[in-house]
Amino acid sequence: MDLLQAILQGVIVASTPLVFAALGEVVTERSGVLNLGVEGMMIMGAVAGFAITLDSGSYFAGILGAALAGALAASVFGLLTQFLMSNQVATGLALTIFGLGVAALIGQGYSGETTPALPVLPIPLLSEIPFIGPILFVHDPLVYLSVVMVVGVTLFLNRTRAGLILKAVGDNHDAAHAIGYRVVMVRMAAIAFGGACAGLGGAYLSIVQTPLWVENMTAGRGWIALAIVVFSAWRPARALMGAYLFGGVTLIQLHIQGLGIEIASQYLSMLPYLVTILVLTVISYDKTRAKLNAPACLGRSFYASS
Amino acid sequence: MTAPRLELTGVTKRFPGVIANDDVAFSIAPGEMHALLGENGAGKSTLVKMIYGVMRPDAGAMRLDGEVYTPNRPFDARTRGVGMVFQHFSLFEALTVGENVALGMNAADVGRDLNDQIVKVSDAYGLSLDPARTVGSLSVGERQRVEIVRCLLQNPRLLIMDEPTSVLTPQEVDDLFKTLRALIADGCSILYISHKLEEIRAHCDTATVLRGGKVVGHCDPSKATARSLAEMMVGMELALPKKSAIDFGAARLTVNNLSLPADDPFGVSLHDISFTVRAGEILGIAGVAGNGQGELLDALSGERTTQNDAILLDQEPVGSVGPTDRRGLAFCAAPEERLGHGAAPDMSLWENTMLSARSSQGMVHGGMLNLSAAKAFAAKIISAFDVRTSGADKHARTLSGGNLQKFIIGREILQAPRVLAILQPTWGVDAAAAASIHRAIQELASNGAAVLLISQDLDELTAVSTTFAVIAGGRLSAPQPTDSITVEEIGILMGGTQQHTSAGTTS
Amino acid sequence: MIRLEPRKDVSPAMAYLAPALAVLVTACAGTLIFAALGKDPIEAMRLFFIQPLGDWFSISEMIVKATPLILIAIGLSFGFRAGVWNIGAEGQFTLGALAGGATALALYDVAGYWVLPLMCITGALAGMAWAAIPALLRTRFNANEILVTLMLSYVAVLLLSVLIHGALKDPEGMNFPESRLFHDSATLPILFEGTRAHIGFLAALAVVGIAWFTLGRHIFGFQVKVMGQAPRAARFGGFIENRVIWFSLLLSGALAGLAGVFEAAGPVGQLVPALPVGYGFTAIIVAFLGRLQPVGIVIAGFVMALTYIGGETAQIEMNLPSAITGVFQGMFLFSLLGIDVFARYRLRWGKSSAQTAKG
Repeated sequence: MDLLQAILQGVIVASTPLVFAALGEVVTERSGVLNLGVEGMMIMGAVAGFAITLDSGSYFAGILGAALAGALAASVFGLLTQFLMSNQVATGLALTIFGLGVAALIGQGYSGETTPALPVLPIPLLSEIPFIGPILFVHDPLVYLSVVMVVGVTLFLNRTRAGLILKAVGDNHDAAHAIGYRVVMVRMAAIAFGGACAGLGGAYLSIVQTPLWVENMTAGRGWIALAIVVFSAWRPARALMGAYLFGGVTLIQLHIQGLGIEIASQYLSMLPYLVTILVLTVISYDKTRAKLNAPACLGRSFYASS
Repeated sequence: MTAPRLELTGVTKRFPGVIANDDVAFSIAPGEMHALLGENGAGKSTLVKMIYGVMRPDAGAMRLDGEVYTPNRPFDARTRGVGMVFQHFSLFEALTVGENVALGMNAADVGRDLNDQIVKVSDAYGLSLDPARTVGSLSVGERQRVEIVRCLLQNPRLLIMDEPTSVLTPQEVDDLFKTLRALIADGCSILYISHKLEEIRAHCDTATVLRGGKVVGHCDPSKATARSLAEMMVGMELALPKKSAIDFGAARLTVNNLSLPADDPFGVSLHDISFTVRAGEILGIAGVAGNGQGELLDALSGERTTQNDAILLDQEPVGSVGPTDRRGLAFCAAPEERLGHGAAPDMSLWENTMLSARSSQGMVHGGMLNLSAAKAFAAKIISAFDVRTSGADKHARTLSGGNLQKFIIGREILQAPRVLAILQPTWGVDAAAAASIHRAIQELASNGAAVLLISQDLDELTAVSTTFAVIAGGRLSAPQPTDSITVEEIGILMGGTQQHTSAGTTS
Repeated sequence: MIRLEPRKDVSPAMAYLAPALAVLVTACAGTLIFAALGKDPIEAMRLFFIQPLGDWFSISEMIVKATPLILIAIGLSFGFRAGVWNIGAEGQFTLGALAGGATALALYDVAGYWVLPLMCITGALAGMAWAAIPALLRTRFNANEILVTLMLSYVAVLLLSVLIHGALKDPEGMNFPESRLFHDSATLPILFEGTRAHIGFLAALAVVGIAWFTLGRHIFGFQVKVMGQAPRAARFGGFIENRVIWFSLLLSGALAGLAGVFEAAGPVGQLVPALPVGYGFTAIIVAFLGRLQPVGIVIAGFVMALTYIGGETAQIEMNLPSAITGVFQGMFLFSLLGIDVFARYRLRWGKSSAQTAKG
């Protein structure tokens, strides 16, 4: 396996947390809800996944626990914004602050511990394809899951009635209510799904990538996932591409350091954040386009007045 | 005798502090076009929402074809064959016609060949529609067709139409009634809600009149006069505003070849708009909603600036002057949306005076606010325009639509403008408030101001304006004296450029 | 069934009661958490909320922590009112400390009464400049300021680290990543002997006064309020959105930068990588808990400072993890946002739907 292959394979691994988190947020935002608490939900997933895996010895339990923890954290957000009609921006921020605190609290007993990394599961035949095979088909199960979920969500949004209802709620909640759809319930489901995905993304960090628990280990990835959602124009496949792009930037930074180029590591660490800003700026420049793509009800509270 | 299609007895609905429907009873025969008539706030919408299952009555009973009918949600209503076309369309702009139709149907009724069915049904009733188009790119009339087709695909026995014509051109109204007649011929009943007396007299078989939530009468509308129906609705004898013949003075507002690109993907661009309004003149601009009215008002209020010489105030160019300085020149405007545009909902009335009257009334000195000047001005508006509120400290949102509108119009008029531009001043306002707003506008004009009145309400325009023009697709027809124009001409002007109305594009 | 029904008028009593209730709810939730951690909840709550109020030194430490929180929150409150979400005050704080500190180090051999004011100016300008980036990107390129400000705060912390490891490193510091200690003329005077409370607190109170006046009596405060509540009404009123965005970002940047200078020239006295400890984020909670009102922010600043001190006490005396402070702060914001609903809506029991009558 040559260096290029290793780098590209590494990009996929580095990007997978972002894929999960951004995919979940795409679904949440498509229903018209802006949940800025991705960072908080991710870190909750990270700590829950790590702790459960370590205590139970079961990856499956850890991953499931991480998804549930993310969904649970998201449900707190949902409860506040959907039933108590709190401001979505402020509540999302609160979720992030709360999540970071709770995760640090739970994680206290786990720092310094480590789990064996999730085993790699090469896909028979496909992994034999020259060059491409090792890049795409020699990964742990969660990488495959992330891609399957992107496909699944794309089909869900474009091919199913439930997906249509979700988009309708995000486009015009008053009309959806008037026709008889339960706006709040649809949104709660979308919020919980978004939380579960963010939780998976966090778990990927703590039980695959590192694999250990470090306080604040998400390091802004939740926020980058939010930027990827804007970049993706709220489409799952483009969110996957966006995540791989950002993952690539993170990895390049590591490789430059590895090449022994004389530059302070902090400058390289700034790269992902600076790239996020740059991409966000370029994407948002065309106001009309941004307006057409964004779900029309994004961030607006719904109150059934009729 | 067969059972009535729909029969209501003793239907009552209470809201905190108000009884929206009080012991309402009437029945609709199969194949009947039944009008439900009443002013804004009479309880029509509440009543039909109960029939469609959006709300539940507190008391009373409904029967559909003789059987007990208690819809808990719209799903139940649709299952029983009751369809509804909403006044404010319940459509999704980002989705296609086909998807919109599918969303409005019960899942079990949506077949694989839905798009073929849409084409078939829409052709059968003369409603041409392309299922693949995005709703955001459709004109208002086309959007209504989507709503109707959505109902028709479920073979309704009762179709509820809530104010269906308020957004249509006269020609589109004719087409709509052709469709409705065809439905009636197929045995469908129609509950037709409106406050437009002429079309009810022309098309409906029976009418029920609501006032203050109660049924105040039933009649055969073809045998009643518009005046008698109106008096039933309002509950008093009507005094229509009178136009006094006046000589117009010099040109106060001149607009020359005003063009303005849309700033919103679903907006309308203005093209080469030119007109003049003289002192004492009230220029009424008619048009179907979404044809550039809002954009024209934005250009006149200064919210969007234009080339400087496109707009002249007393021959001085003001096109590039912003809203604050324009008001300083006594050029005022009042937008359509009261809450959130003309006034900030969660601010007190006196704070709201500072939105537009702060420079003319000396409320700001070197950036510092003079709160007592604002409070005094608010009090002056409240008393001069009979705004019903417990005080200037009340938040704008606590006022009823009519009272807030009186406050906003009063705020502009009491600044003694040389030119006043207003959009839809009586939309959703009760008749008494509307009459007083009309009087105030006419009085302002008779004192030498030039007034531009943009409205969708033809009755309002013919009653108040002295000169008349029509806006369609962002273009304005040549103004002409109101008393020389006929409804047919207006209709042709309004519909004439319909192809321009679908200016929005989608990805 | 319980339903919410909108109030016609926002209840003023609830608006003031909500923060107090939020404190109460958080305290209740806190006892549950302590119990879950196997600690005596009553004792923990006493250590957390009561103990720090009992001695003079703890109170002075609260002043130390409340000063940056109040300064930053005042700046943020203008933006939050206008719907401009600067959540990267941490970055502006860091840049302020960096610029102010660099000034102090550059003038290391100079003593003069003008050094401190100069540091304040450079710090505030640096914070402003850092906030000008999101302002430019939002107004010119329509880029979401939430994400940009946040990303920039990560960048700022890294920048501080680079410089402390490099140009600003103490030449005699045995290669430790920290700057020299500031000279006396670059250090803030102490308010009370034997404490760390410095005159920056008085500056913060002055800022509170100016903010109070601006919000109630100046056209800028009015503009900000209208812009946040009803952007279209603001445009109708002749207010220019971009100008409000610029102004509120620059203002919050300047105040966060100033807070950074105070932190470096006050309790810390030098530049260290751990200088940004999250005041920029906590100030977001302070702004909301204080109802975006200047006086409320002062009270909220002290409540939040209490959670820091209380957290430290609990950490020392009961061996509780320090993360408990973040948990408390998150819960504060959650309960406040949740309780807020009752200022705008009232609870109704029974089936009657909470709908407004419309024709």
